[in-house]
Parts: sequence; C-alpha cells; structure tokens
Amino acid sequence: MDWILPVEKKIEQIRDEALAELEGVADTAGIQALSIKYLGRKGLVSLFLRNISNLPEEERPEAGKNANNVKNLLEKHFDEKRLRLESVAADSGLSIDVSLPGRPSNRGVLHPISQINNQITDIFARLGFDIAEGPEVETDYYNFEALNFPKDHPARDMQDTFFISDDIVLRTHTSPLQIRIMEKKRPPIRVIMPGRVYRCDSDLTHTPMFHQVEGLVVDKDISFSDLKGILTTFVHQIFDEDISLRFRPSFFPFTEPSAEVDILCVICRGKGCRVCSQTGWLEVLGSGMVHPAVFENVDYEPSMISGFAFGMGVERIAMLKYGIDDLRKFFENDFRFLGQF
Amino acid sequence: MKFSLSWLREYIPVEISAEELSDRLTMVGLEVDSLSDRYRYLNTVVAGRILESKPHPDAKSLKICVVDIGDKKLKIVCGAPNVETGLVTACAIPGTVFPDGRVVEKAVIRNTESNGMLCSEYELGIGPNSSGILVLNPDTVLGEKAANVLGLSDTIFEIDLTPNRPDCLGIIGIAREVAAILGGTVRYPEKTDAGSGSAVFDYTSVSIQDPDLCPRYCARIVLDVTVGPSPFWLQDRLLSVGMRPINNLVDITNFVMMETGQPLHAFDFDKLAGNRIVVRAAEKGESFTTLDGKERILSSGMLMICDAEKPVALAGVMGGFNSEISKETRRVLIESACFNQASVRRTSKILGLNTDASHRFERGVDPGGTVAAINRAAILMQEITGGRLVKGVVDEHPGPAATKRIPLSIKHTNRLLGTDLDRRSIANHLVSIEFCVEARGDDLLVVSVPSFRVDVSRREDLVEEVARLSGYNNIPTTFPLVPSDMKLPSKQLVIRNEIKNFLLGYGFSEAINYSFARPSACEQLRLGPDDTRRNMLEIVNPLSEEQSVMRTSLLPGLIGSIHRNVSMQIKTLRLFEIGKVFFNTGKNRQPREVENLACIWTGKRDEFSWHSKEVDCDFYDIKGVAEGLFNALKVEKIKFTSLPAELCCYVKPGHAAGIYAGEEIIGIMGEIHPEAAANFDLKQSVFVLELELDRFIPLVPGVKTSKPLPKYPSVSRDFTIIVDRDIEAQSIVEHLESVNEKMLEKVQLFDVYEGKPVPEGKKSLSLRLMYRSPEKTLEDEFVNRIHNRISGTVLTVFSAALP
Repeated sequence: MDWILPVEKKIEQIRDEALAELEGVADTAGIQALSIKYLGRKGLVSLFLRNISNLPEEERPEAGKNANNVKNLLEKHFDEKRLRLESVAADSGLSIDVSLPGRPSNRGVLHPISQINNQITDIFARLGFDIAEGPEVETDYYNFEALNFPKDHPARDMQDTFFISDDIVLRTHTSPLQIRIMEKKRPPIRVIMPGRVYRCDSDLTHTPMFHQVEGLVVDKDISFSDLKGILTTFVHQIFDEDISLRFRPSFFPFTEPSAEVDILCVICRGKGCRVCSQTGWLEVLGSGMVHPAVFENVDYEPSMISGFAFGMGVERIAMLKYGIDDLRKFFENDFRFLGQF
Repeated sequence: MKFSLSWLREYIPVEISAEELSDRLTMVGLEVDSLSDRYRYLNTVVAGRILESKPHPDAKSLKICVVDIGDKKLKIVCGAPNVETGLVTACAIPGTVFPDGRVVEKAVIRNTESNGMLCSEYELGIGPNSSGILVLNPDTVLGEKAANVLGLSDTIFEIDLTPNRPDCLGIIGIAREVAAILGGTVRYPEKTDAGSGSAVFDYTSVSIQDPDLCPRYCARIVLDVTVGPSPFWLQDRLLSVGMRPINNLVDITNFVMMETGQPLHAFDFDKLAGNRIVVRAAEKGESFTTLDGKERILSSGMLMICDAEKPVALAGVMGGFNSEISKETRRVLIESACFNQASVRRTSKILGLNTDASHRFERGVDPGGTVAAINRAAILMQEITGGRLVKGVVDEHPGPAATKRIPLSIKHTNRLLGTDLDRRSIANHLVSIEFCVEARGDDLLVVSVPSFRVDVSRREDLVEEVARLSGYNNIPTTFPLVPSDMKLPSKQLVIRNEIKNFLLGYGFSEAINYSFARPSACEQLRLGPDDTRRNMLEIVNPLSEEQSVMRTSLLPGLIGSIHRNVSMQIKTLRLFEIGKVFFNTGKNRQPREVENLACIWTGKRDEFSWHSKEVDCDFYDIKGVAEGLFNALKVEKIKFTSLPAELCCYVKPGHAAGIYAGEEIIGIMGEIHPEAAANFDLKQSVFVLELELDRFIPLVPGVKTSKPLPKYPSVSRDFTIIVDRDIEAQSIVEHLESVNEKMLEKVQLFDVYEGKPVPEGKKSLSLRLMYRSPEKTLEDEFVNRIHNRISGTVLTVFSAALP
C-alpha cells in the first residue's frame, strides 16, 4: 500500500525524476509543463504534502520539511533553466528594426505668449509678488481718469483706444487694475497683473490686441532705487544675467518720475541695427513712481506711502527672446509657427 | 519734433558730435528717434569738369556737354547760360533725389541722350542763385561729393517728444535742455520791442469774451508789407525741418513757432471787419471755411477768433480763408495767444484737424512767451517784408497766472529716489533749467517754476527734474523688503494652468485668437434668435468689419485657425483656446465677461505613422479628452447627455452631448453641423468641446484627501443585456450606482454591439461590475447573490433582455 512506503524515499524519488526530466527539456514551454506536473496545485509535490497527514504523527514534521526543501529546490532549478533558455533565445533570436519610429505620443505646444507669460509671472512670484486679473472691457474712469489721464488731454493719444461707448472702452493697458487693487486693499501691495489689452492699431509691429504684464509695489518708503532693483533683477532673469540695461526718463500720466527701461539690443549687441532703429537699445519696460494723484484717487495719503508701477508687452519680450519678426504671427496659430516653441 | 543741429547752434554752442548729443538728450528724457544727414541727397552729386560743350542741333538754348566726373565721362544736355568748356560744376548722377522730390534720370532730350544733370545752387537746394550752374573752384578733385566740396553738413534730429514737454516744441526749449546738459547759456533772439508807445491802439482792439478759453491774446500791426517769397536762409530753415515755404509773412510765423514753440497767425488786417478782434465761442451749426479751403460746421463751445462781424480763425487750430494773407496784403495783424488746452483739443478732434498749432496748444503753450514771440515775428517782418511796425503790442491778459512756487524737501527727494543728494546739487540741477530756487530752513528749497514749464506743478515733478538731470543711471539699485502677507494664487489661475497642462499632455496645442469677431458669426454658427451669444458688444471704431464686435464664442476664432493650417496642408489638428467671451449687458455698462475653454479636433485620430492605419477622429475621441480632464481634476458627478435639438445650433443633433453638473449645463461637445461647417467653409469634420470655465472651475475640489487602500481583493462579474437602441448607456451605469449596494465598487462598460443577432432597434451592452468589501475577501456565492439581485433590477427598469 502506497501510504506505508517510507515517505522520505518517495519525495527523493520525485525529486530525482523531476531533475532528470528537466535535463531533457529544451524550451520554456517544457519547463512550464514540468512546473505544472510537479509543483502545480495537483502536482506530485503538492500531492505528497497533502498526504503527509496520513503518516504517523512523529514522522510528519521531518517529511514536511523534506518536501518543502524539494519544492524549493525544484523551483530554483526550473527558474535557472528557464533563465538559461531565455538568455540563449535572446542572444540568438530574430531582431527588430529599432530604427523604426516609435508610436507617436507628442505633447501639444503651449502658445509662446503663454510660455513667456509664465516665465514672467514665475520670476515675479519668486520675488514675492501676488497675481491678479481683471476686466478687459473697462470704464473710462479706470482706464484713464483715475490714472491721471484727464479728459481732453493729449496723453490719451499715447494709446489709440477702441470705444464701446463714450464711457466704456477696451482697456488699453493693464494699469486699470492698479486702481482696482488699491481700492480694495491697503498697503503693503506687491502684485503683478497679466492680461490682454487692446489698441486701435495694426501693422508689422502693432496688433489690435496684445498682452501686458503690469506690476505694482506700494508700501512705506518705496523708492526709485527699489524700482531699479526689482526691474534690473527681472530683466536679468528673463533675458540673461549679463545683459546691459539702462533707465531713461519718460512720461506716463500715472507715474512721476517715469522711466523706460532699455536693454542692449539682443540682435546687434549695441552696434545699431534695424531692430533697434540704429540706437543699440531696445525698450522693454515702462515704469515709474506712482503719481500722487493716483494715490489720491484711491484714498491713499501720498505723504505716508510711496510705490512704483511698471508694465511690459509680452509679445515684445517674446519677439526679442525668440527672434520673431512679425507680431501678427502670434495670432495666426499656424502650427508650423507654434511647433517651434 | 524735428530740428537741425545748425539751427540749434543759433541758440547754444554744441561742441560734441551729433551722436553724442543724441545720446545725452535721450538720457534726459528727450528721446531721439532718428538722426539723419541733411545733405545725404548730395551723395550722388559730384564735382565734374565740362570737357567739351557744343550746341544742340535741335534746340538753340541747349548745349551737349561731355563731363569728366573722375572715374568716367558723361554726356549731359544742359540749358544753363554759363555752360562753358573747362568749367567745374556740380553734376547730379542719375538716381539722385532732391528734397522736393525731383529725380534725376537718364533721359533723351530733343533726340539726344543725357546721363545726368548739371545743377544750379538753387536746384541743389543750397542757395538762392538759379541763374546758372554752380561754379566750383577749378582745382576741385573731380568726382568728389558736392557736400564735401561745399563743406555742407548738418544733422536732422527727430525727437519723440512726450506730451508733457510742450516747452521743447520750440528749438529754444531744446537749447535750454542742451544748456543744462553741457553747460553754457542760451542765446535768446533779440527781445527789444522795436516800436514803443501805444500807437497800436489807434488801429485795433482785442476783446476776449471767454477768458477761460483764452487767458491771453497779443496783437501787433505791421504796415506796408510786400508779400513775396522768403529769403533763402528762411526757406532753408523751414525746409530743414520739413516745412514748406509759402510766402514771407507766413514763413516768418512758422519760423518763430519752430523757434519759440509759440504758434502765431498773420491776418490780412484789411480783411478784418471793423479792424478788430473778438474772441468768443462759436454757435452751434455756424459754418466756417478754414484756409485749406474746406468748409467746417462748428459746434457750440468751439473758440473762434472773430472780427467785428464774423469768425476769421478757429482759435489755436487754423486760420480762416476769409482773412488769409495774399499777394495783395499790405497790412498785417499778428496774433500770439494762449488758448485753453482742452478746448483746442476738442475742436481739433471734432473737426479732425490736427495742425502744428493745435499740437502745441493742446499740450500747453508758455503763457509768458506770447509777447517775446510776437515781437520776434514783428521785427523779422520789418526786416524781410520791408514793412513798418506800428508801435506797441495789444496784450489782453485777463487772468495772468501767478508764478508757481513749490516747496521741495531735500529729505523727501532723497527718500523717494533712494539717493543721497545734497541741497546744493539739487538746487544746481533746477537752476540749470531756469528754475529759481530759494533755500529755507535746513531742508527746504522753495522753487519757482518758469512759465514755459506748464507740466510742473507738484513736488514729484521737481523730483523728476532732479532725477533726470542727475541721471537715472546714477541712482543706486536697491531691493524693497518683502511684505510678509503673500497670498496664494487664485483658484481660477491655478486650475486654468492645470487644464492647459492636461490638454498639452493630450497633444492639444494652445491657440490665441483675437477677442474680436464679425457680427455675422452668429449666422455662421446658426444661433437661434434668442441665443445669448447674439448679445454682442459693438466697437464704435473697429479696424474692420471682421473685428467689429467682441466675440461671444471661441469657436469662430479656432475655426479660423483650422483654415489657416489646412491651407498649409496641416489637416490633423488638436487645438485649444482659453479666453474670455463678452456679453452685452446694456448701453454704457461693462459687459459680462466669461472665461471659456474650447477644444477642436479635426483630421485623424493618430499622427501619421507606420503603426496603424489612419483613422478619422470621432466624437468619442474628444469625449475621452473631456472625461480625462474631469478625472485628472477629480471633478465627479459630471453627466453627458444627448444635447436637446434646440441647443444644437452648430453641432449635429444626435451627435452632440451636453455636459451637465447636476441640472446646470457647463459645456457641450459634438461634431460641427454640416451647415455650420459650410458657413465657415470647412471641408472636413471637426469635433468640438466647449466648457464654461467660470462654471466648471468651482466644481474642482480645492482639497484632495487620501483614502485607505483596499486590503482585500475585488471580485468581478460580467453581464450582457439587450436594450432599446435609444437608451443611453450612462443611464444604466447611473442606475447601478444608485441601487446603493455597498459592495459594488465600480461599473465598467466594455462592449457595445448592434446588428445580428441582436434584433433591430436594440443593442447589446456588456458591463463589468466590480465588488469589494473593506472587511474580508468576498466569497463567490455571496457575490453571486448580490450580482443577481442588482442585475435583475436592470432587466426590469430598462425592459432589458438577456442574450
């Protein structure tokens, strides 16, 4: 009767038979079959383990241990042989043409204006600026009056305006947000305001819509030298750390003193070329100390606080950084153009 | 503002180069736009010797010359009386363009070829003599440029003047700036009255009826003038700054305006009824002919210069036809006045009449400069026209403005600039531009502002003067302290960027289109008569019909982008745009601005490659994007339901879904309707997804919370049912989710089939239901019981059959 056979002998027999069979196996499918025959749920080793309960109580632990040893041993040998076979197959099998292109999985392209916009806002975020947005269709008050552009003043000619009615305009700059922010919040203020703006003008260097980023810093004792510090840092970060820049007196109704920031022409490095109209310099930012009349319009006390504001055209910076010659390309969404960024 | 270096030197010595001066002016705030060589046109005019000259066979007055210009000999036909062999003269080579526009070309004159032009002084624009060709020194090197031979050199500066600096709309104003930059004193033109006494009152009078609009009006009379062309020097000055000489009287007024910035006008005194001046506002509808010959209809409030009977000039804008200087003019009344800036600007805007005078008046003319300017003009008229000055100036000055005196604190100045300037250097800067300063106490300067600086009225204006003159680039560079109350960026901003990132990952590229639209976009989109998107905001002064309203949908713009790309053979496109649309809310009100997202997918599903056949994209491609987006942002409970036909304006009914959050529709998706496609001239299928971000973003959970991972395995059961074709699969899924079976974790649809053997009008759906318990491994029998129960309800609720 089977069950009285010495258990030990039997498991050794199973082991030897399995190893012998393994010798003759030549492919991984054969190993798989052996694996099922010996180690599967109904395999010989499993059967043996299940039969251990029929043994006399004192023999059971020894027999169980032996059986598990055999199981582990067989698993190890099967695995080793499988790996050997696979390895031989890998070294000698048919190859694929790795030069064929992979399955396309291309990311889309963020519009260059958004890319530059992100770079600008990231730089200012690192400098501790908040970000705010506001309406693109503004009242005359926010777009002009509160910014110290009186009615019937030639300063209004600096910005060709699209009118919706006498009192409603497409904002010509992001500056109305300065007013909206200061109306809501007391100093300290340190914020940038990106957005679309509109001017009634269209040629190679003007589109009726473009993007600006406005900035505003208001606190006690903010000085023109602070304006220079922030904007110098910004220009170095957005262009390159060695670029030369200069501050030049200018005029904006809502700042006094006002300054334009020029960088050394990125095309000719200051020698004079078509892009910089032979001046060697390129205007990149308008800025200035917030005009006291603006503070008065938002009920700030000009003698207690001071601040500076600045603004820049995102397209202009993108054109300079990427060497784009025609502003209109930004709004044609020609994929051959977008794909370059 | 244009001026020439030589004209500037009349008032201030300039020892530095034009380039350096340009740079220095730019750095004090007078931005030089361009520098140009006044005599550049003479680069192709060279010295040439007449080697031979013989009479023209077909024209008595012409001679045929051979001219040696150094490197070659030219045959030139010339009619000048002083042509003779051996003469060295100025020879313009073909291609030369003179300032008045004349072009020298190769020509055939009376059957004889002529390869250039021998020029007189006048023809060259360098002198008055037109009687014969220019005679040059016989030793002149042949071929040398005429400008070099004649020692002609001048630079034209063009300044992009900011509107706050009308004082620099006269060359003297620029000279003042140069004096401040380089040191030196401005040489003002002779200021003597040349005619004292009060005889002028015997001739005329001035009455200002509206002193607010005309704070000052000066008049002088010159008798016995002879009107004719101006002397060469005067014409030359005007030409150098791009002004056209007209006659001596008018030229003098223009010259003095360019010099001082004060616009002047000369009236024919004998054409002034009553020989007097009345300054008054126009009446509505009055008509008036300006000296350009155009009739203008006046609005009430426009300021007019009148004689005893009628208007004779539009104050500060343009003179009248009826009182214009003519050849017959013998007596002249010169006007030198100050007009209200806003009033001149309004008049000029309403009439669309922008003149050198209005440009200056609307920016602000020096109220202290009217007399000096009128005297300067009067003296020149006496000298140039042979006229006789009537003694005295009529100077009506109803409300003279007091000199502005502004206290300036040195501490405040330094605090605002971040500098450490002492009082002396601040005072010196202000004095250098003719401000007067008085020291008070330890810290103050009381600054008197000269009348020509109409822009300076507050201490900050003075701070700017100090800053620009001491040099912006000499101000230190510091860093402000960072306030400690930083805010997080708004949810709108954060989620918008996440959406963009997600779409980029799905292969969509970002488009940016103009916010403008054409009104007919509503028809192109087949919007219903009550569609809110018809409430377009109209632009009063659009650049074109295509851009005459603000968009109420992002689609037309994106379709335009498809067009441009398809025309460039890019036919598979995935594009998205995030931007505002605008809804009119009534006259004189700001519109409602709504931020939208629109995605379009057209062409193929995959990029062209060897891996798969090209398959057209379809509804489920774009729907997958929408679902992926909602999953990525953890927005749950979004429902896609067949879009009711009345909302399918530009999408195909039955091929479009509404995207619902609860009862609220937050977006739509679908295939563009063939009629809309035809309206936009689209030749290929386009699938769109539109989301109203202002409704969608609030649905994005602000906080993400982690849940424990399941400990026990799940068990799944599949089942297939046959239902009516019209039943939306989602309703079955929703039903299963709503039976409230705790162990049911997930329902997935994995097969949809129509066609044999499924009966017509029916479809078969296969669903996989996943069960899991958080407490134990589920046993088969237990799962079977639940599964049978809930799948049974599906059969009842949807009248479904098993296959």
